[in-house]
Amino acid sequence: MLNDFVNQFWPATIDGLAFGSIYALIALGYTMVYGVLRLINFAHSEVFMIGTFGAMFVPFVLGINSALTGLALVGVIIAMILAGMLASAGTAIALERIAYRPLRKRGASRLAALISAIGASIFLQELFALLVIPEVFNRPQQGRIQMGLPRLMERTELFSIFGHSVRVDQVLVIVAAIGMMIALDALVNRTKIGRGIRATAQNPEAAVLMGVDINRIVRMTFFIGGGMAGVAGALYLISYENTNYYIGFLFGIKAFTAAVLGGIGNLRGALVGGVVLGLVENYGAIFFGSDWKHVISFTILVLVLMFRPTGILGESLQQARA
Amino acid sequence: MNQKNSLAGIRHRLGQYGDTMHDRWLNTPGWQRWILYVALIVGALLLPSESIGGFMSPYTDWASILFFPIGTYVVLAIGLNVVVGQAGLLDLGFVAFYAVGGYAMALIGTRLGWNFWLILVVGIGICALSGITLGGPTLRLRGDYLAIVTLGFGEIIRITARNTDAIGGPNGIRGIPHPPSIDELNIFGVDVYELLGVKIFKYGVLDPRPYYYLLVALAVVAIILVKRWEKSRVGRAWAAIREDEDAAEVMGVPTFRFKMLAFAIGASIGGAMGVLWASKVISLNPNDFQFLLSATILAAVVMGGAGNLPGVMLGAFVVAWLPERFRGLQEYRMLIFGAVLVALMIFRPEGLLPSRQRKAELKEGTGGMGSLGAEVPGPESRGEEVASK
Repeated sequence: MLNDFVNQFWPATIDGLAFGSIYALIALGYTMVYGVLRLINFAHSEVFMIGTFGAMFVPFVLGINSALTGLALVGVIIAMILAGMLASAGTAIALERIAYRPLRKRGASRLAALISAIGASIFLQELFALLVIPEVFNRPQQGRIQMGLPRLMERTELFSIFGHSVRVDQVLVIVAAIGMMIALDALVNRTKIGRGIRATAQNPEAAVLMGVDINRIVRMTFFIGGGMAGVAGALYLISYENTNYYIGFLFGIKAFTAAVLGGIGNLRGALVGGVVLGLVENYGAIFFGSDWKHVISFTILVLVLMFRPTGILGESLQQARA
Repeated sequence: MNQKNSLAGIRHRLGQYGDTMHDRWLNTPGWQRWILYVALIVGALLLPSESIGGFMSPYTDWASILFFPIGTYVVLAIGLNVVVGQAGLLDLGFVAFYAVGGYAMALIGTRLGWNFWLILVVGIGICALSGITLGGPTLRLRGDYLAIVTLGFGEIIRITARNTDAIGGPNGIRGIPHPPSIDELNIFGVDVYELLGVKIFKYGVLDPRPYYYLLVALAVVAIILVKRWEKSRVGRAWAAIREDEDAAEVMGVPTFRFKMLAFAIGASIGGAMGVLWASKVISLNPNDFQFLLSATILAAVVMGGAGNLPGVMLGAFVVAWLPERFRGLQEYRMLIFGAVLVALMIFRPEGLLPSRQRKAELKEGTGGMGSLGAEVPGPESRGEEVASK
């Protein structure tokens, strides 16, 4: 068994980093919304799902069937990421407007908001299975069947670590995720909007008194979180080449686990939590088999929370740690 | 705006009417209440008749759906209400206990061949134990963490069942025995089965009604127990924990133990329902225990008005019945269900039948669940909501 581990260590590490980056990007959305609203945005998983379909739309419209190279490839990948971001961010804003804001205005309990989110989540899944996939993607009667992406990018080996190859798409996922994190960090720490977000997270009433437009800040939070989930969706699609209407559920709970693991409300925590979760579940899969992957990650969550209830890096979006 | 005000007026008057009814109810002498209770039970027993079924569910067999999903959801909601509505603990993995109960029935029934009644008792014990096992490490966590951990636990149970070949793996278990039947029932020479027109104690494959009667019995027992707990020291401790855990702790309420108790009771009710359900269905598999079921039961509890037993049961009934009634819409029913959940929460976030105590709590603050952050009243909110800040 130890032999297995040594043999599979590097492939598992690379896979874990790729998956972990995707978890981390989705976790950012959970953690930002939680930081500002103290709300588990349960429908965020569907925001990710819609991101994968937004990205899928680009090669579908362009009618791409074979692998691309050079500038065309770069162009298509950028277009896919943008389309994913747009679809996801739009969904997130619509969610905030329809499912959360009326509740917020009436001072409803967080439990009511959670049920509203679960309702929205069911609605969006069914909407895609029944209408969007059959009609927009022209697959009548196949709304519930997994949808594949034609291979866009030849999976060439970029370099190798101890004889185990690292593919282009894996590097793309990891690099793009790190790039987005840096951009987000700068946004939250350096810009006016970022300051507004931090102020609202810290004390909404004081923020209002200081002239912060709370509704705008909440909208921006959903927009940014949604955009990150869209990037995650596009990257997932490019690397794993399939998606379905149900894909959000597992990624959603994994990403939420990652957010909690890192310390919810803490942006860097989301990054750490995502990567740790991705690595641990892939290492664990070597020992116990990939069937047990999900069990391993939830067990880790319970263990971490027992011994460090605020997550690895501690909570709070407030303390400019973002 | 004008229309909005008149709407608010109607709601206010409805609320007052509800309050008067509630007062009258509180002043009703015990024997009159018992008449109503008995009438309700008799009504529940008469439910599976064809004439009601024709309207209630034109697409499916009414007696069957009365057992599952309607009755099952109602009992599960009663159980979850103890955890969510009374103790204020957000549990997103309630289906786990239902699964444990179901598997207990299936495994003990097929492997050891025990009697249903014995398994029911043992199953309840196992579920209470699993509730305590889950609660031990997690109940010290704050609300949102508890939510995700319970969700994780629900998934762990399902995936473990799927991956363990010793308990059937993804195929589940077949040949689960039914409860022991009484084939002929004569009391003082009167054939009771003949008299009632239904073999109430004959548990077979064809007639779902005997199982439904059993379910009603289970529900009645659960309601009585839960009601007694609610009125007791335990119920007051739960309310205190729900409202402000720190204050309760300071006042000398052993919060952790009471939270454990709530978890164990909720788990036992869920588990008992699991045992009963498994004894009817003959075969079960891990996919019967999806997260969606947990979410639906939670939706039922919140929609009905968490903490208020009649409300919760109404919520469960609506949640289970609507998709069956509108089976004619076929695939679109889940889409509509999702939209209805959102709409209900927007227009009535306190639930269909909120308890009066709960309403007061909501007005005062947040009903124990905490409110959303960044909650600054907008232009649409009314004076009273602003004043309550």
